[in-house]
Amino acid sequence: MKKAALLILAVTVISGGLLLTAYIENQYFYFSTYIVLQYIILATAWNILGGYTGYVNFGTGAYFGLGAYTAGYLITNFNLPLPWLIVAGGTSSAVLGLAIGYLTLRLKGVYFSIATLAMSIVIATLIINTPALGGAKGMYILRPKEVSFFSNYMELLFATMVIIAVFTVALAWFIENSWFGRGLAAIRDDEVAAACNGVPVLRLKVLSATTSGALMGIAGAPYPYYISYMEPLSTISLDMAVNSLAMPLIGGTGSWIGPVLGAILLSTTQQVATVTISSEYNLLIVGILLVGFVILAPNGLVGLFQSLLKRRTD
Amino acid sequence: MLTLDLFVNAIVAGILLGGFLAAVSLGISIVFGYLDIVNIAHPAFVVLGSYAVYILNSTFGIDPLLAGIAMAAPFYLLGILIYRFYYAFFERHGAESLRGLVFFFGILFLVEVGLNITYGVDYRMVNAFYLGKSIEIGLVGIPYRLLIPFVAGVAMIFIVYLYLSKTFYGMAIQGVAQDSLAARLMGADPIKIKSVAFGMGMATASVAGALLIMISPIEPSMGREYIGRVFAIAVLGGMGSVVGTLVAAVLLGIAESLTSTFYSPSMAPAVSFGILLLVLAIRPSGIFGR
Repeated sequence: MKKAALLILAVTVISGGLLLTAYIENQYFYFSTYIVLQYIILATAWNILGGYTGYVNFGTGAYFGLGAYTAGYLITNFNLPLPWLIVAGGTSSAVLGLAIGYLTLRLKGVYFSIATLAMSIVIATLIINTPALGGAKGMYILRPKEVSFFSNYMELLFATMVIIAVFTVALAWFIENSWFGRGLAAIRDDEVAAACNGVPVLRLKVLSATTSGALMGIAGAPYPYYISYMEPLSTISLDMAVNSLAMPLIGGTGSWIGPVLGAILLSTTQQVATVTISSEYNLLIVGILLVGFVILAPNGLVGLFQSLLKRRTD
Repeated sequence: MLTLDLFVNAIVAGILLGGFLAAVSLGISIVFGYLDIVNIAHPAFVVLGSYAVYILNSTFGIDPLLAGIAMAAPFYLLGILIYRFYYAFFERHGAESLRGLVFFFGILFLVEVGLNITYGVDYRMVNAFYLGKSIEIGLVGIPYRLLIPFVAGVAMIFIVYLYLSKTFYGMAIQGVAQDSLAARLMGADPIKIKSVAFGMGMATASVAGALLIMISPIEPSMGREYIGRVFAIAVLGGMGSVVGTLVAAVLLGIAESLTSTFYSPSMAPAVSFGILLLVLAIRPSGIFGR
């Protein structure tokens, strides 16, 4: 029953998104909503490793950037179509996720987090020093001129992101409600106890890190077409790592709805703040919200809401 | 002959850089090693220290090193404040250190954005009569802007080492780090001792900030480049080992200097982070680890 309701919801969101492109003319709408969708994907992907499994990842930018740069390379050299870019971007970040997943063998807790931060700087440095990827100069990407079904390429990108976002959230929901998610929760609560009870700890951790990485890479793959000029420092940025970690924490890390809620709230606020105030202040807002929520509401908005409900029924 | 010349100069520059890096990492070593708190915001506080020194230097013309030492007192108090706050909201509840880590990550971000909003992204630098000069010894030229941070950094390491191993409070800090409960049973107040240690870590950030702005002009997000370096050094040196911090910092300094000289300066960050990744994967307890 619940499954059917969620399926209907997913189909509604996708068809709604596709329908919007027929009615909304204002290109800025697509331009800014793209970022919101991107963060829904990133926050949900982060949460699969960070929230469900309990491994805090500071390297979102690296996965995203790897996906984006894989796509950028394939566009400039082979001119591959968008679906292939998404597959390729997802695959390369999945491989990185796999490697990071095996790293959890040796590294727990804060050491793992520091290692992911180190990894993202290593990847940025490598890209800066690779001329084939544009190096520090960056790379220019031209959007295809012809678009079928949509009136321009931005709308196609928007529709693609809607589909990816729905797919990502559905995957998170599925993970949460399967043996996989329960295994991850057991690892989060106590890794040793989970292993003693027969949970295949390493396999689940690696799978979770790979899935999370792949989704971040997929989110990055359409990015070259969106931004049309890519440069390492802004593509693999700390801002992205902070954002995709702040969103689940603000929304609530326990369930799929938390990251979605956090991403929508936070990135919409940021989009509005960037236009109305300044881009510096929008980072300030994220920082304050992140610190505030970590201190006062560790379970995020979902947690706040739940405790409110509980108080009412008591 | 030319390559030997380059090589010797790169090694000397690396050692000098190492003394400075040790000063930047010292706070992390103390706080991470003795208190188990991952103050990932430490490099941002170092940059904050640089800005404080910049203001003192540009408005009152105070010597940057003296300004850094003078600012150590307010930084010490700030450290105590932050620790008390951290204790009240995280440590007291036994909240897992990951939440604390996210908290400091947020603080890092706030300090950076705050500096950015107040001072903009322009590079800032300090003036002192000795900064442009250098001494020549045979093949090697040693600029004062590297020599003074090296000497000051090593001196600071030495003082902290003496403090931790000879004074009552220093030994109390080590005691609390080893067994907080036992220290409490002996009548010591772990919270008070830990605030002193955290304050000390922060005080080193102000001195390190002075050294940082002497070596190169600074801008608000500069701390990021140091996150990898300081953690590589702290982990490589073995948590809480002050001497290990210096040795690891010199090793890293030499590695980076050789990379910049013979390969490319833009690869230098990859060296430190690469070393960090390797150390974490192979020997997380570091070379001087317990």
